Amino acid sequence: MDYAAVVFLEILYMIAFLALTSAGLAVVFGMMRVINLAHGEFVMIGGYTTIFCNRAGLDIWFSMLVISPLVVGIIGLIVERLVIRHLYGRMIDTMLATWGLSLLMVGLVTLIFGNTAVSVTAPIQSYQVGAYQMGGYNLFIIAIGILVMLLLWLVLRYTRVGLVARGAMQNAEIASSLGYNPQRIYMWTFTAGAALSGLAGGVMAPLTGLLPSSGSLYIAKSFITVITGGAAIISGTLGSSIIFGTVNQIVSFGSTPVIGEIAMLALAIILLRLMPQGITGRFFRNST
Amino acid sequence: MSETVLDTRDLSMRFGGVQAVNSVNFSLRDRELRCLIGPNGAGKSTFFKCLTGQIRLDPSHGRVFIRGQDVSGWRAYEIVRLGVGIKTQVPSVMNGLNVEENLFLSARRVHPNRASAEAAVEEVMQQVSLQRIARRLVGELAHGQRQLVEIGLVLAQRPWLLLLDEPAAGITGAEADQLVRIIHEVNQKATIVVVDHDMQFVRMLGGQVTVLHQGAILREGPVDEVLADAKVREVYIGSRAK
Amino acid sequence: MTGHPTFGIGRIRWGWFIVGSLILLLLPAVTGTNTPTLLLIWALFALSLGLLWGFAGILSFGHAAYFGLGAYTYAIASMNVGESTGPLLLAIVLPAAVAAVIGAMMFYGRISDVYMGVITLVVTLILFKFMSATAGDAYRIGSARLGGFNGIPAFPILNVPGDASVTVYGTPFYYVVAVALMGCYLLCRWILGSYFGQVLIGIRENEARVELLGYSAPLYKTAIFTISAAMAGLAGCLFANWAEIVTPGVFSLGQSAEVIIWTIVGGLGTLAGPIAGAIVLGYLKLLLGQQTLIDNSLVLGAILVLVVLLLPSGLLPALTRWRERRDVARVSRRQASSTRRRRSQRGDA
Repeated sequence: MDYAAVVFLEILYMIAFLALTSAGLAVVFGMMRVINLAHGEFVMIGGYTTIFCNRAGLDIWFSMLVISPLVVGIIGLIVERLVIRHLYGRMIDTMLATWGLSLLMVGLVTLIFGNTAVSVTAPIQSYQVGAYQMGGYNLFIIAIGILVMLLLWLVLRYTRVGLVARGAMQNAEIASSLGYNPQRIYMWTFTAGAALSGLAGGVMAPLTGLLPSSGSLYIAKSFITVITGGAAIISGTLGSSIIFGTVNQIVSFGSTPVIGEIAMLALAIILLRLMPQGITGRFFRNST
Repeated sequence: MSETVLDTRDLSMRFGGVQAVNSVNFSLRDRELRCLIGPNGAGKSTFFKCLTGQIRLDPSHGRVFIRGQDVSGWRAYEIVRLGVGIKTQVPSVMNGLNVEENLFLSARRVHPNRASAEAAVEEVMQQVSLQRIARRLVGELAHGQRQLVEIGLVLAQRPWLLLLDEPAAGITGAEADQLVRIIHEVNQKATIVVVDHDMQFVRMLGGQVTVLHQGAILREGPVDEVLADAKVREVYIGSRAK
Repeated sequence: MTGHPTFGIGRIRWGWFIVGSLILLLLPAVTGTNTPTLLLIWALFALSLGLLWGFAGILSFGHAAYFGLGAYTYAIASMNVGESTGPLLLAIVLPAAVAAVIGAMMFYGRISDVYMGVITLVVTLILFKFMSATAGDAYRIGSARLGGFNGIPAFPILNVPGDASVTVYGTPFYYVVAVALMGCYLLCRWILGSYFGQVLIGIRENEARVELLGYSAPLYKTAIFTISAAMAGLAGCLFANWAEIVTPGVFSLGQSAEVIIWTIVGGLGTLAGPIAGAIVLGYLKLLLGQQTLIDNSLVLGAILVLVVLLLPSGLLPALTRWRERRDVARVSRRQASSTRRRRSQRGDA
């Protein structure tokens, strides 16, 4: 019974982890069809921001929930203006350029912060579930994951900002003939996506030692979560997070975490082969 | 003797939420020259794509037979290999290569070696008057010239069945005259289906005409009869007045 | 019709090829062979991607998978067999077979560019993660322990076919690599000049149209993908012999990124471009490795971004265009002056 609860919580955690760390990429891909391969580095920088702000004396909650998104958002803005803006419509070129950016950012962070791992302790204690010790922080991540998804859905569905953004995504010309500037919309969308990635990075920071190369941990999983999810941001990301999170954890429990990850990756290939438009290209079309 | 070379049975296809092709039974005899006309939205292009394999058919969509062979569900390249030549609505040619290279790729598939393919390319260029632009990059040509290059691509394989979607779109009057001549010449040995809007072009071609309206065959017959038919006129004029 | 179609490949400039080959063959007289060997191995790897991407239009985001498979296959096979000829051949065939399966799955499934990029990337990731986790005695193939993150050291290196005691290393090995590179270059040229190659270029230009001419595009794409993987596998096998150890790093995202950068910087749509790109950028990477201030990633990343933004078709084509423009300017200047001369001779005002 305890074991079942632990497994359940672990699965929930994995789903939340995937959804949270993929949200930024999903927004950018879903809205603008831009594949940002520097997403992992955005997350990593979010983590570094939280850790160093915390070391400088700032409250950790404030650092991870406010400062990290802000900092990475600004970086996203700069990236959009300097690079992404010139490459709209050129998907492969965008992938290449953002891959270059990711290498560049890893290099810069290594230059500034060196190559030793930095970390910060989790601000929530662990708790007991029967005979098992569970990380309390994981619950926080599950909560944040749910919150972020909910917030995103509410904004996209029910606010004017969300409506305008979705309109521009569907048809840039109509949006501009209604007086909205598509360029501006893309710029803010990318920034928002970056900020979400930064938030994810900040929230994840207490979990492991952070290295400049940590971005690569996130990019692979986020990438396949988003692409397999398909065009719909919320339902797609949630859908694939649930599938992958569950498969990953169940296989992990049956064997090793590495096999779990490999199972997830292999499943991604199968799903993409069967549903090239992603899950929401086939099911739940027209959802947000 | 007229065998049936193309035959559809209850061909149906939904497209964009609309029943674009509605249970069509279309039949074509050997060496016919048939024009497929109809107002915008009549389903001509969708029907065409079902014939060419560009839209994949499954059993629910009906059947298409070419010379008695059931080709429903076949891919485009498999249908072409039967000896069918296809020209699409939007000129589809290889922009980064020159005219000669385009034609060579086409001819080479049906010739056993480079020399005979090159000879065939020469012939086609004469037939379609492309010699002057033989070395020009196709991407740099005018729309009308690209249409002719695509006709050349089709002819280079000497198909016995030609399916041409709007071959006259965007070409000059002189080019259109030439195209009519080419089509009549080819029609002596091959069966041809032309989908088009241009009434003048259809008249110049002569032959039989099939009128599609809202996905179904409205009228079939010789061109003058059909174009004089009251119902056909109503469908064209009426739909424009809406 | 004068001459046969060139399909944008151009003729082999035998002059340049001979000069290049001479430089390669005479190099050991002037420098050591250790670094040049590595650079040529990287050049071969880049050539394999250049063939696939530049001419068939297929961007494999995880081409390191086949490089790595070649390396590991050689290491494992040579440890089990003891001699190198069979393992060398296997290192070419196995990556090719894997590519054939994955390629067929993708191309017959009519997967688009982007999703193909994702799938090829994920394949590399799977291999990387798997190989990194194979530490311990349980993971072995025959007498070869996979070694996890530490990899497989101490396997037999290349020997003269038939005589296992005569090993090939140092300068003779450099020549093996150089000949392999030149041979593969000529092979690529031959492929591209052939009917098969011409169809591929047509597919890159307009796949739908080529299918409407009766060609099965998936078949051709799978075939070239397989050939490219075989070449990458050969490069990987040679790399294993150079490094004398294989680690999961051969499958890394970094390795995949590097080969893409070399190819795109050198020039997409040429064969010499990727070779040049690999040699130049590879040498740059080795130089940067000597110091710790500027990280290799930083430079490579910056280069990639700049190239994509400013020179989307790479350095070599840009140089060619610059040269063409200069030649055109020269010709028109000559024409202008001869027109002036003729005019003055005729006595025009």
